[in-house]
Amino acid sequence: MLEIKNLVVSYGSIVALHDVSLNVVAGEIVTLIGGNGAGKTSALKAISGLVAPSPGSIRFQGEDITRLKAHQIVKRGLCHVPEGRMIFANLTVAENLDMGAYLRTDAVEKRATLQYVFSLFPRLKERAQQIAGTLSGGEQQMLAIGRALMSKPKFLMLDEPSLGIAPLLVKTIFEKIVEINREQGITILLVEQNANLALEISMRGYVLETGRILLHDHSPALRRNPEVRKAYLGGG
Amino acid sequence: MLEFLQQLINGLALGSIYALIALGYTMVYGVLRFINFAHSDVFMVGAFCGYYASKVGSRFLASGTVTAAIVVFLMSMVVCALLGILIERLAYRPLRERSKLTVLITAIGVSLLMEFTGQLVFGADPKSFRLLPSKNLQIFGGLVFNTNQVVVLGVTVLLLVVLQMIVLKTKMGTAMRAVSYNHRAAALMGINIDVVISFTFGLGSALAAAAGILYAISYPSIDPLMGVMPGLKAFVAAVLGGVGSIPGAAIGGVLIGIIETLVSGYVSSTYRDAIAFGVLILILLFKPTGLLGQPTVEKV
Ligand SMILES: Nc1ncnc2c1ncn2[C@@H]1O[C@H](COP(=O)(O)OP(=O)(O)O)[C@@H](O)[C@H]1O
Ligand SMILES: [Mg+2]
Repeated sequence: MLEIKNLVVSYGSIVALHDVSLNVVAGEIVTLIGGNGAGKTSALKAISGLVAPSPGSIRFQGEDITRLKAHQIVKRGLCHVPEGRMIFANLTVAENLDMGAYLRTDAVEKRATLQYVFSLFPRLKERAQQIAGTLSGGEQQMLAIGRALMSKPKFLMLDEPSLGIAPLLVKTIFEKIVEINREQGITILLVEQNANLALEISMRGYVLETGRILLHDHSPALRRNPEVRKAYLGGG
Repeated sequence: MLEFLQQLINGLALGSIYALIALGYTMVYGVLRFINFAHSDVFMVGAFCGYYASKVGSRFLASGTVTAAIVVFLMSMVVCALLGILIERLAYRPLRERSKLTVLITAIGVSLLMEFTGQLVFGADPKSFRLLPSKNLQIFGGLVFNTNQVVVLGVTVLLLVVLQMIVLKTKMGTAMRAVSYNHRAAALMGINIDVVISFTFGLGSALAAAAGILYAISYPSIDPLMGVMPGLKAFVAAVLGGVGSIPGAAIGGVLIGIIETLVSGYVSSTYRDAIAFGVLILILLFKPTGLLGQPTVEKV
Protein backbone atom coordinates (compact mmCIF):
# COMPACT_ATOMS: atom_id res chain seq x y z
CA MET A 1 0.00 0.00 0.00
CA LEU A 2 2.83 2.35 0.92
CA GLU A 3 6.25 1.85 -0.64
CA ILE A 4 9.19 4.04 0.25
CA LYS A 5 12.42 3.73 -1.64
CA ASN A 6 15.78 5.31 -0.84
CA LEU A 7 14.31 8.20 1.06
CA VAL A 8 16.68 10.98 2.11
CA VAL A 9 15.54 13.93 4.21
CA SER A 10 17.80 16.79 5.14
CA TYR A 11 17.38 20.12 6.86
CA GLY A 12 20.07 22.33 5.43
CA SER A 13 23.28 20.48 6.17
CA ILE A 14 21.71 18.14 8.74
CA VAL A 15 20.79 14.82 7.16
CA ALA A 16 17.94 13.31 9.18
CA LEU A 17 17.27 10.24 7.01
CA HIS A 18 19.78 8.35 4.88
CA ASP A 19 18.47 6.05 2.22
CA VAL A 20 15.45 4.66 4.03
CA SER A 21 13.26 2.07 2.34
CA LEU A 22 10.19 0.56 3.88
CA ASN A 23 6.79 -0.72 2.89
CA VAL A 24 3.43 -1.24 4.49
CA VAL A 25 0.87 -3.69 3.20
CA ALA A 26 -2.87 -2.92 3.35
CA GLY A 27 -4.45 -3.98 6.65
CA GLU A 28 -1.22 -4.06 8.65
CA ILE A 29 -0.08 -2.23 11.74
CA VAL A 30 3.58 -1.50 11.17
CA THR A 31 5.72 0.27 13.72
CA LEU A 32 8.80 2.40 13.33
CA ILE A 33 10.80 2.50 16.54
CA GLY A 34 13.97 4.30 17.44
CA GLY A 35 15.45 6.68 19.97
CA ASN A 36 15.13 10.41 20.17
CA GLY A 37 16.44 12.10 17.02
CA ALA A 38 16.56 8.85 15.02
CA GLY A 39 14.55 10.45 12.23
CA LYS A 40 11.11 8.90 12.84
CA THR A 41 9.22 12.18 12.69
CA SER A 42 11.15 13.24 9.61
CA ALA A 43 10.09 10.05 7.85
CA LEU A 44 6.41 10.71 8.56
CA LYS A 45 6.72 14.35 7.55
CA ALA A 46 8.22 13.34 4.23
CA ILE A 47 5.39 10.88 3.62
CA SER A 48 2.65 13.37 4.42
CA GLY A 49 4.26 16.15 2.40
CA LEU A 50 5.33 18.44 5.23
CA VAL A 51 8.96 18.25 4.14
CA ALA A 52 10.25 17.54 0.65
CA PRO A 53 12.49 14.46 0.39
CA SER A 54 15.58 14.64 -1.74
CA PRO A 55 16.02 12.19 -3.28
CA GLY A 56 13.72 9.22 -2.79
CA SER A 57 10.34 8.01 -3.91
CA ILE A 58 7.10 7.49 -2.02
CA ARG A 59 4.29 5.54 -3.61
CA PHE A 60 0.84 5.24 -2.11
CA GLN A 61 -1.59 2.74 -3.65
CA GLY A 62 0.60 2.59 -6.72
CA GLU A 63 0.66 6.36 -7.20
CA ASP A 64 3.83 8.44 -6.85
CA ILE A 65 3.05 11.01 -4.15
CA THR A 66 6.62 12.18 -3.57
CA ARG A 67 6.04 15.68 -4.93
CA LEU A 68 2.45 16.22 -3.83
CA LYS A 69 1.55 18.91 -1.30
CA ALA A 70 0.29 17.94 2.13
CA HIS A 71 -3.33 18.80 1.42
CA GLN A 72 -3.30 16.74 -1.78
CA ILE A 73 -1.96 13.72 0.06
CA VAL A 74 -4.78 13.85 2.62
CA LYS A 75 -7.20 13.72 -0.29
CA ARG A 76 -5.68 10.38 -1.32
CA GLY A 77 -6.67 8.88 2.04
CA LEU A 78 -3.37 9.13 3.86
CA CYS A 79 -3.67 10.96 7.15
CA HIS A 80 -0.93 11.96 9.60
CA VAL A 81 -1.50 12.48 13.32
CA PRO A 82 1.55 14.60 14.08
CA GLU A 83 3.90 14.49 17.02
CA GLY A 84 2.69 16.75 19.80
CA ARG A 85 -0.88 16.29 18.50
CA MET A 86 -1.17 19.79 17.01
CA ILE A 87 -4.85 20.10 17.74
CA PHE A 88 -6.30 23.55 17.08
CA ALA A 89 -6.27 24.81 20.65
CA ASN A 90 -8.26 27.92 19.70
CA LEU A 91 -11.17 25.96 18.21
CA THR A 92 -13.79 23.86 19.97
CA VAL A 93 -13.58 20.08 19.97
CA ALA A 94 -16.47 19.95 17.48
CA GLU A 95 -14.76 22.47 15.18
CA ASN A 96 -11.54 20.47 15.33
CA LEU A 97 -13.42 17.36 14.22
CA ASP A 98 -15.10 19.36 11.50
CA MET A 99 -11.73 20.52 10.19
CA GLY A 100 -10.68 16.86 10.06
CA ALA A 101 -13.51 16.34 7.57
CA TYR A 102 -12.53 19.46 5.60
CA LEU A 103 -12.36 17.69 2.25
CA ARG A 104 -15.59 15.74 2.66
CA THR A 105 -18.81 16.84 1.06
CA ASP A 106 -21.02 13.88 1.98
CA ALA A 107 -22.93 15.40 4.91
CA VAL A 108 -24.79 12.24 5.85
CA GLU A 109 -21.78 9.97 5.88
CA LYS A 110 -19.80 12.62 7.68
CA ARG A 111 -22.31 12.52 10.51
CA ALA A 112 -21.96 8.74 10.64
CA THR A 113 -18.18 9.10 10.97
CA LEU A 114 -18.70 11.62 13.77
CA GLN A 115 -20.93 9.15 15.59
CA TYR A 116 -18.22 6.52 15.17
CA VAL A 117 -15.55 8.85 16.57
CA PHE A 118 -17.81 9.68 19.52
CA SER A 119 -18.43 5.98 20.16
CA LEU A 120 -14.68 5.37 20.08
CA PHE A 121 -13.92 8.30 22.39
CA PRO A 122 -17.06 9.18 24.40
CA ARG A 123 -15.01 11.81 26.22
CA LEU A 124 -14.95 13.89 23.03
CA LYS A 125 -18.72 13.89 22.83
CA GLU A 126 -19.01 15.17 26.40
CA ARG A 127 -16.58 17.95 25.62
CA ALA A 128 -17.70 18.75 22.07
CA GLN A 129 -18.39 22.42 22.75
CA GLN A 130 -15.30 22.96 24.87
CA ILE A 131 -12.26 24.87 23.56
CA ALA A 132 -9.78 22.15 22.62
CA GLY A 133 -6.90 23.90 24.39
CA THR A 134 -8.55 23.12 27.74
CA LEU A 135 -8.42 19.33 27.24
CA SER A 136 -5.93 17.14 29.08
CA GLY A 137 -3.03 15.63 27.16
CA GLY A 138 -4.78 12.28 26.78
CA GLU A 139 -7.99 13.90 25.60
CA GLN A 140 -6.05 15.98 23.11
CA GLN A 141 -4.52 12.80 21.72
CA MET A 142 -8.00 11.29 21.39
CA LEU A 143 -9.07 14.44 19.58
CA ALA A 144 -6.06 14.30 17.26
CA ILE A 145 -6.87 10.69 16.35
CA GLY A 146 -10.60 11.42 16.09
CA ARG A 147 -9.92 14.42 13.88
CA ALA A 148 -7.80 12.28 11.57
CA LEU A 149 -10.53 9.62 11.39
CA MET A 150 -12.99 12.30 10.30
CA SER A 151 -11.19 12.42 6.96
CA LYS A 152 -12.11 8.74 6.50
CA PRO A 153 -8.52 7.71 5.85
CA LYS A 154 -7.38 4.43 4.37
CA PHE A 155 -4.00 4.83 5.95
CA LEU A 156 -3.21 6.43 9.28
CA MET A 157 0.22 7.51 10.52
CA LEU A 158 0.57 8.13 14.23
CA ASP A 159 3.61 9.93 15.64
CA GLU A 160 4.24 9.01 19.28
CA PRO A 161 0.65 8.86 20.51
CA SER A 162 1.89 7.90 23.98
CA LEU A 163 4.03 11.00 24.44
CA GLY A 164 3.25 12.94 27.60
CA ILE A 165 0.11 10.99 28.47
CA ALA A 166 -0.95 9.33 31.72
CA PRO A 167 -0.15 5.57 31.57
CA LEU A 168 -3.76 4.53 32.02
CA LEU A 169 -4.84 6.57 29.01
CA VAL A 170 -1.94 5.25 26.95
CA LYS A 171 -3.40 1.78 27.35
CA THR A 172 -6.84 2.97 26.23
CA ILE A 173 -5.41 4.77 23.23
CA PHE A 174 -3.43 1.74 22.09
CA GLU A 175 -6.51 -0.45 22.42
CA LYS A 176 -8.37 2.01 20.23
CA ILE A 177 -5.60 1.95 17.64
CA VAL A 178 -5.99 -1.82 17.38
CA GLU A 179 -9.76 -1.41 17.19
CA ILE A 180 -9.49 1.15 14.37
CA ASN A 181 -7.25 -1.21 12.45
CA ARG A 182 -9.43 -4.30 12.96
CA GLU A 183 -12.89 -2.86 12.67
CA GLN A 184 -12.38 -0.12 10.10
CA GLY A 185 -9.69 -1.89 8.11
CA ILE A 186 -7.47 1.18 8.34
CA THR A 187 -3.79 0.47 7.74
CA ILE A 188 -1.53 1.97 10.38
CA LEU A 189 2.06 3.15 10.54
CA LEU A 190 2.88 3.76 14.18
CA VAL A 191 5.95 5.69 15.32
CA GLU A 192 6.89 5.14 18.94
CA GLN A 193 9.67 5.54 21.45
CA ASN A 194 7.68 3.23 23.69
CA ALA A 195 8.89 0.17 21.77
CA ASN A 196 7.34 -2.32 24.17
CA LEU A 197 3.82 -1.20 23.51
CA ALA A 198 4.34 -0.59 19.82
CA LEU A 199 5.74 -4.08 19.21
CA GLU A 200 2.91 -5.59 21.21
CA ILE A 201 0.17 -4.29 18.92
CA SER A 202 2.02 -4.26 15.58
CA MET A 203 2.59 -7.04 13.09
CA ARG A 204 5.93 -5.87 11.78
CA GLY A 205 8.47 -3.33 12.88
CA TYR A 206 11.39 -1.29 11.57
CA VAL A 207 14.18 -0.12 13.84
CA LEU A 208 15.59 3.28 12.91
CA GLU A 209 18.90 4.51 14.24
CA THR A 210 20.52 7.85 13.33
CA GLY A 211 18.61 8.07 10.09
CA ARG A 212 19.14 4.50 8.90
CA ILE A 213 16.98 1.38 9.05
CA LEU A 214 18.96 -0.94 11.31
CA LEU A 215 16.68 -3.96 10.98
CA HIS A 216 13.13 -4.97 10.23
CA ASP A 217 11.23 -8.08 11.11
CA HIS A 218 7.96 -9.41 12.44
CA SER A 219 7.21 -7.77 15.75
CA PRO A 220 7.37 -10.94 17.90
CA ALA A 221 10.80 -11.65 16.44
CA LEU A 222 11.95 -8.09 17.17
CA ARG A 223 10.76 -8.46 20.74
CA ARG A 224 12.99 -11.50 21.13
CA ASN A 225 15.95 -9.92 19.35
CA PRO A 226 18.69 -9.37 21.96
CA GLU A 227 19.91 -6.17 20.33
CA VAL A 228 16.43 -4.66 20.35
CA ARG A 229 15.80 -5.82 23.90
CA LYS A 230 18.97 -4.17 25.05
CA ALA A 231 18.55 -0.88 23.22
CA TYR A 232 14.81 -0.33 23.26
CA LEU A 233 13.03 -2.65 25.62
CA GLY A 234 15.06 -1.90 28.71
CA GLY A 235 16.10 -5.52 29.19
CA GLY A 236 19.08 -7.83 28.58
CA MET B 1 -22.51 66.66 28.85
CA LEU B 2 -24.13 67.29 25.49
CA GLU B 3 -20.78 68.28 24.11
CA PHE B 4 -19.26 65.10 25.46
CA LEU B 5 -21.96 62.91 23.90
CA GLN B 6 -21.50 64.74 20.62
CA GLN B 7 -17.76 64.02 20.72
CA LEU B 8 -18.52 60.42 21.52
CA ILE B 9 -20.73 60.10 18.45
CA ASN B 10 -18.07 61.68 16.26
CA GLY B 11 -15.42 59.44 17.78
CA LEU B 12 -17.55 56.37 17.23
CA ALA B 13 -17.93 57.20 13.54
CA LEU B 14 -14.22 57.79 13.09
CA GLY B 15 -13.41 54.70 15.16
CA SER B 16 -15.65 52.56 12.94
CA ILE B 17 -13.47 53.42 9.99
CA TYR B 18 -10.31 52.57 11.94
CA ALA B 19 -11.93 49.33 13.05
CA LEU B 20 -12.68 48.23 9.49
CA ILE B 21 -9.09 48.88 8.45
CA ALA B 22 -7.67 47.29 11.60
CA LEU B 23 -9.54 44.05 10.85
CA GLY B 24 -7.48 43.57 7.70
CA TYR B 25 -4.21 44.05 9.57
CA THR B 26 -5.24 41.63 12.26
CA MET B 27 -6.60 38.90 9.99
CA VAL B 28 -3.52 38.89 7.81
CA TYR B 29 -1.34 38.91 10.91
CA GLY B 30 -3.37 35.92 12.09
CA VAL B 31 -2.60 33.74 9.09
CA LEU B 32 0.87 35.00 8.15
CA ARG B 33 2.27 36.65 11.29
CA PHE B 34 3.30 39.85 9.60
CA ILE B 35 1.93 43.36 9.28
CA ASN B 36 0.85 44.11 5.74
CA PHE B 37 1.80 47.77 5.51
CA ALA B 38 0.34 47.99 2.02
CA HIS B 39 -3.09 47.51 3.56
CA SER B 40 -3.53 51.25 4.15
CA ASP B 41 -3.09 51.81 0.43
CA VAL B 42 -5.76 49.28 -0.39
CA PHE B 43 -7.96 51.52 1.75
CA MET B 44 -6.95 54.46 -0.46
CA VAL B 45 -7.63 52.50 -3.65
CA GLY B 46 -11.01 51.58 -2.17
CA ALA B 47 -11.88 55.26 -1.85
CA PHE B 48 -10.81 55.94 -5.43
CA CYS B 49 -12.70 52.94 -6.75
CA GLY B 50 -15.73 54.39 -5.01
CA TYR B 51 -15.04 57.75 -6.64
CA TYR B 52 -14.80 56.29 -10.13
CA ALA B 53 -17.63 53.84 -9.61
CA SER B 54 -19.95 56.64 -8.58
CA LYS B 55 -18.91 58.66 -11.63
CA VAL B 56 -19.46 55.80 -14.03
CA GLY B 57 -22.52 54.62 -12.14
CA SER B 58 -24.20 58.02 -12.40
CA ARG B 59 -24.65 57.37 -16.11
CA PHE B 60 -26.73 54.30 -15.44
CA LEU B 61 -28.25 54.85 -12.04
CA ALA B 62 -29.77 57.92 -10.47
CA SER B 63 -26.96 59.14 -8.24
CA GLY B 64 -27.63 59.81 -4.61
CA THR B 65 -29.93 56.82 -4.28
CA VAL B 66 -29.41 53.93 -1.92
CA THR B 67 -29.18 51.49 -4.83
CA ALA B 68 -26.41 53.51 -6.41
CA ALA B 69 -24.59 53.65 -3.09
CA ILE B 70 -24.81 49.87 -2.65
CA VAL B 71 -23.48 49.32 -6.17
CA VAL B 72 -20.56 51.67 -5.47
CA PHE B 73 -19.73 49.83 -2.26
CA LEU B 74 -19.90 46.40 -3.88
CA MET B 75 -17.82 47.36 -6.89
CA SER B 76 -15.11 48.90 -4.81
CA MET B 77 -15.06 45.98 -2.40
CA VAL B 78 -14.77 43.43 -5.20
CA VAL B 79 -11.98 45.35 -6.97
CA CYS B 80 -10.02 45.73 -3.74
CA ALA B 81 -10.54 42.10 -2.75
CA LEU B 82 -8.96 41.11 -6.06
CA LEU B 83 -6.20 43.68 -5.57
CA GLY B 84 -5.43 42.30 -2.10
CA ILE B 85 -5.32 38.74 -3.44
CA LEU B 86 -3.04 39.87 -6.26
CA ILE B 87 -0.64 41.66 -3.89
CA GLU B 88 -0.29 38.54 -1.75
CA ARG B 89 0.14 36.31 -4.78
CA LEU B 90 2.80 38.45 -6.44
CA ALA B 91 4.67 40.09 -3.58
CA TYR B 92 4.32 37.97 -0.45
CA ARG B 93 3.79 34.37 -1.51
CA PRO B 94 7.22 34.00 -3.13
CA LEU B 95 8.70 35.09 0.21
CA ARG B 96 6.62 32.72 2.36
CA GLU B 97 9.66 30.82 3.64
CA ARG B 98 11.83 33.91 4.06
CA SER B 99 12.39 35.87 7.25
CA LYS B 100 9.60 38.10 8.48
CA LEU B 101 11.85 41.12 8.05
CA THR B 102 12.16 40.46 4.32
CA VAL B 103 8.39 40.33 3.99
CA LEU B 104 7.95 43.44 6.09
CA ILE B 105 10.34 45.45 3.94
CA THR B 106 8.59 44.15 0.83
CA ALA B 107 5.27 45.31 2.29
CA ILE B 108 6.66 48.80 2.77
CA GLY B 109 7.91 48.67 -0.83
CA VAL B 110 4.47 47.64 -2.10
CA SER B 111 2.95 50.45 -0.07
CA LEU B 112 5.23 53.07 -1.62
CA LEU B 113 4.65 51.60 -5.06
CA MET B 114 0.90 51.94 -4.63
CA GLU B 115 1.12 55.49 -3.30
CA PHE B 116 3.20 56.67 -6.23
CA THR B 117 1.25 54.70 -8.79
CA GLY B 118 -1.84 56.25 -7.23
CA GLN B 119 -0.43 59.73 -7.82
CA LEU B 120 0.29 58.82 -11.43
CA VAL B 121 -3.03 57.19 -12.17
CA PHE B 122 -5.46 59.17 -10.02
CA GLY B 123 -3.49 62.42 -9.97
CA ALA B 124 -2.05 63.99 -6.86
CA ASP B 125 -4.79 66.60 -6.51
CA PRO B 126 -7.51 65.96 -3.93
CA LYS B 127 -10.90 64.81 -5.19
CA SER B 128 -14.23 64.60 -3.50
CA PHE B 129 -17.44 62.74 -4.05
CA ARG B 130 -20.80 62.43 -2.41
CA LEU B 131 -22.58 59.16 -2.22
CA LEU B 132 -25.81 60.15 -0.55
CA PRO B 133 -27.20 63.60 0.18
CA SER B 134 -26.12 64.44 3.70
CA LYS B 135 -28.00 66.39 6.27
CA ASN B 136 -27.85 66.89 9.98
CA LEU B 137 -30.39 65.17 12.15
CA GLN B 138 -31.25 66.69 15.52
CA ILE B 139 -31.94 64.15 18.18
CA PHE B 140 -32.65 64.54 21.87
CA GLY B 141 -32.25 68.22 22.51
CA GLY B 142 -29.35 69.41 20.46
CA LEU B 143 -27.37 66.24 19.75
CA VAL B 144 -26.48 66.23 16.07
CA PHE B 145 -26.15 63.14 13.92
CA ASN B 146 -25.03 63.65 10.38
CA THR B 147 -26.67 61.20 7.97
CA ASN B 148 -23.19 60.26 6.79
CA GLN B 149 -22.34 59.22 10.32
CA VAL B 150 -25.44 57.06 10.34
CA VAL B 151 -24.21 55.44 7.10
CA VAL B 152 -20.75 54.93 8.60
CA LEU B 153 -22.10 53.28 11.74
CA GLY B 154 -24.73 51.27 9.88
CA VAL B 155 -22.34 49.91 7.25
CA THR B 156 -19.73 49.12 9.90
CA VAL B 157 -22.15 47.21 12.10
CA LEU B 158 -23.48 45.32 9.10
CA LEU B 159 -19.99 44.37 7.93
CA LEU B 160 -18.93 43.33 11.44
CA VAL B 161 -21.94 41.04 11.71
CA VAL B 162 -21.27 39.52 8.29
CA LEU B 163 -17.60 39.09 9.12
CA GLN B 164 -18.41 37.44 12.42
CA MET B 165 -20.75 35.01 10.63
CA ILE B 166 -18.09 34.17 8.06
CA VAL B 167 -15.37 33.65 10.64
CA LEU B 168 -17.42 31.72 13.17
CA LYS B 169 -19.99 29.84 11.13
CA THR B 170 -18.54 28.96 7.75
CA LYS B 171 -16.07 26.26 6.82
CA MET B 172 -13.71 28.81 5.26
CA GLY B 173 -13.88 30.92 8.42
CA THR B 174 -13.07 27.94 10.62
CA ALA B 175 -10.24 27.07 8.24
CA MET B 176 -8.94 30.63 8.64
CA ARG B 177 -8.84 30.19 12.39
CA ALA B 178 -7.19 26.79 11.98
CA VAL B 179 -4.52 28.24 9.68
CA SER B 180 -4.00 31.10 12.15
CA TYR B 181 -3.28 28.55 14.81
CA ASN B 182 -0.93 26.29 12.87
CA HIS B 183 -0.20 26.05 9.15
CA ARG B 184 1.13 22.54 9.24
CA ALA B 185 -1.72 21.08 11.23
CA ALA B 186 -4.15 22.81 8.88
CA ALA B 187 -2.38 21.35 5.83
CA LEU B 188 -2.65 17.90 7.41
CA MET B 189 -6.44 18.33 7.45
CA GLY B 190 -6.41 18.75 3.69
CA ILE B 191 -6.75 22.53 3.90
CA ASN B 192 -5.07 24.31 1.01
CA ILE B 193 -3.21 27.02 2.93
CA ASP B 194 -2.74 29.20 -0.14
CA VAL B 195 -6.46 29.36 -0.78
CA VAL B 196 -7.19 30.31 2.83
CA ILE B 197 -4.52 33.02 2.77
CA SER B 198 -5.91 34.43 -0.49
CA PHE B 199 -9.37 34.42 1.03
CA THR B 200 -8.08 36.28 4.09
CA PHE B 201 -6.43 38.96 1.96
CA GLY B 202 -9.60 39.29 -0.11
CA LEU B 203 -11.79 39.63 2.93
CA GLY B 204 -9.55 42.15 4.69
CA SER B 205 -9.14 44.21 1.51
CA ALA B 206 -12.89 44.31 0.91
CA LEU B 207 -13.35 45.71 4.42
CA ALA B 208 -10.61 48.28 3.77
CA ALA B 209 -12.39 49.30 0.57
CA ALA B 210 -15.63 49.88 2.46
CA ALA B 211 -13.66 51.89 5.02
CA GLY B 212 -12.17 53.95 2.18
CA ILE B 213 -15.61 54.91 0.91
CA LEU B 214 -16.85 55.67 4.41
CA TYR B 215 -13.82 57.88 4.93
CA ALA B 216 -14.42 59.62 1.61
CA ILE B 217 -17.99 60.53 2.49
CA SER B 218 -17.01 61.74 5.97
CA TYR B 219 -14.13 63.99 4.95
CA PRO B 220 -13.86 66.72 2.36
CA SER B 221 -11.51 65.00 -0.06
CA ILE B 222 -9.46 61.98 -1.02
CA ASP B 223 -5.94 61.78 -2.39
CA PRO B 224 -3.36 59.04 -3.04
CA LEU B 225 -1.63 59.59 0.31
CA MET B 226 -4.84 59.58 2.33
CA GLY B 227 -4.16 56.05 3.62
CA VAL B 228 -1.03 56.86 5.56
CA MET B 229 -2.45 58.35 8.76
CA PRO B 230 -5.63 56.28 9.07
CA GLY B 231 -3.50 53.23 8.24
CA LEU B 232 -1.13 53.96 11.12
CA LYS B 233 -4.03 54.64 13.51
CA ALA B 234 -5.70 51.40 12.47
CA PHE B 235 -2.42 49.58 13.01
CA VAL B 236 -2.28 51.06 16.52
CA ALA B 237 -5.90 49.96 16.96
CA ALA B 238 -5.04 46.40 15.96
CA VAL B 239 -2.15 46.34 18.43
CA LEU B 240 -4.32 47.87 21.14
CA GLY B 241 -6.99 45.22 20.63
CA GLY B 242 -4.40 42.46 20.48
CA VAL B 243 -3.07 41.82 16.99
CA GLY B 244 -4.59 38.62 15.62
CA SER B 245 -7.83 39.10 17.53
CA ILE B 246 -10.83 40.05 15.40
CA PRO B 247 -13.04 41.45 18.19
CA GLY B 248 -9.89 43.13 19.51
CA ALA B 249 -9.38 45.01 16.24
CA ALA B 250 -12.97 46.22 16.25
CA ILE B 251 -12.80 47.40 19.86
CA GLY B 252 -9.32 48.88 19.38
CA GLY B 253 -10.50 50.86 16.34
CA VAL B 254 -13.46 52.34 18.16
CA LEU B 255 -11.32 53.20 21.20
CA ILE B 256 -8.67 54.95 19.12
CA GLY B 257 -11.37 56.91 17.26
CA ILE B 258 -12.97 58.02 20.51
CA ILE B 259 -9.68 58.87 22.22
CA GLU B 260 -8.60 60.88 19.21
CA THR B 261 -11.85 62.83 19.02
CA LEU B 262 -11.92 63.54 22.74
CA VAL B 263 -8.33 64.72 22.70
CA SER B 264 -8.92 67.08 19.80
CA GLY B 265 -12.15 68.30 21.39
CA TYR B 266 -10.91 68.87 24.92
CA VAL B 267 -7.14 69.19 24.72
CA SER B 268 -5.85 70.26 21.36
CA SER B 269 -6.08 68.86 17.89
CA THR B 270 -2.32 69.30 17.62
CA TYR B 271 -1.88 66.41 20.05
CA ARG B 272 -4.43 64.22 18.32
CA ASP B 273 -1.97 62.08 16.41
CA ALA B 274 0.65 62.11 19.12
CA ILE B 275 -1.86 60.58 21.51
CA ALA B 276 -2.55 57.62 19.22
CA PHE B 277 1.13 56.80 19.08
CA GLY B 278 1.48 57.42 22.78
CA VAL B 279 -1.16 54.73 23.23
CA LEU B 280 0.92 52.40 21.05
CA ILE B 281 4.01 52.96 23.19
CA LEU B 282 2.05 52.41 26.38
CA ILE B 283 0.59 49.12 25.15
CA LEU B 284 3.95 47.89 23.97
CA LEU B 285 5.37 48.73 27.39
CA PHE B 286 2.63 47.41 29.64
CA LYS B 287 0.50 44.92 27.72
CA PRO B 288 2.25 43.85 24.54
CA THR B 289 -0.47 41.29 23.79
CA GLY B 290 -3.13 44.02 23.69
CA LEU B 291 -6.57 44.00 25.27
CA LEU B 292 -7.84 40.71 23.83
CA GLY B 293 -4.64 39.20 22.46
CA GLN B 294 -3.32 35.79 23.30
CA PRO B 295 0.35 35.33 24.00
CA THR B 296 1.75 34.08 20.69
CA VAL B 297 1.82 30.36 20.35
CA GLU B 298 5.15 29.22 19.05
CA LYS B 299 4.62 27.39 15.80
CA VAL B 300 6.23 24.02 15.34
N1 LIG C 1 13.20 21.38 11.39
C1 LIG C 1 14.42 20.84 11.62
N2 LIG C 1 15.53 21.56 11.33
C2 LIG C 1 16.75 21.03 11.54
N3 LIG C 1 16.98 19.81 12.01
C3 LIG C 1 15.92 19.04 12.31
C4 LIG C 1 14.58 19.53 12.12
N4 LIG C 1 13.73 18.55 12.51
C5 LIG C 1 14.50 17.52 12.90
N5 LIG C 1 15.82 17.79 12.78
C6 LIG C 1 16.94 16.89 13.09
O1 LIG C 1 16.75 15.71 12.35
C7 LIG C 1 17.06 14.58 13.15
C8 LIG C 1 15.87 13.66 13.21
O2 LIG C 1 14.83 14.28 13.93
P1 LIG C 1 13.38 13.66 14.05
O3 LIG C 1 12.93 13.21 12.73
O4 LIG C 1 12.53 14.61 14.78
O5 LIG C 1 13.65 12.37 14.96
P2 LIG C 1 12.70 11.56 15.93
O6 LIG C 1 11.29 11.82 15.55
O7 LIG C 1 13.10 10.14 15.70
O8 LIG C 1 13.00 11.99 17.32
C9 LIG C 1 17.51 15.12 14.49
O9 LIG C 1 18.91 15.16 14.49
C10 LIG C 1 16.94 16.50 14.54
O10 LIG C 1 17.76 17.34 15.30
MG1 LIG D 1 9.81 12.53 16.70
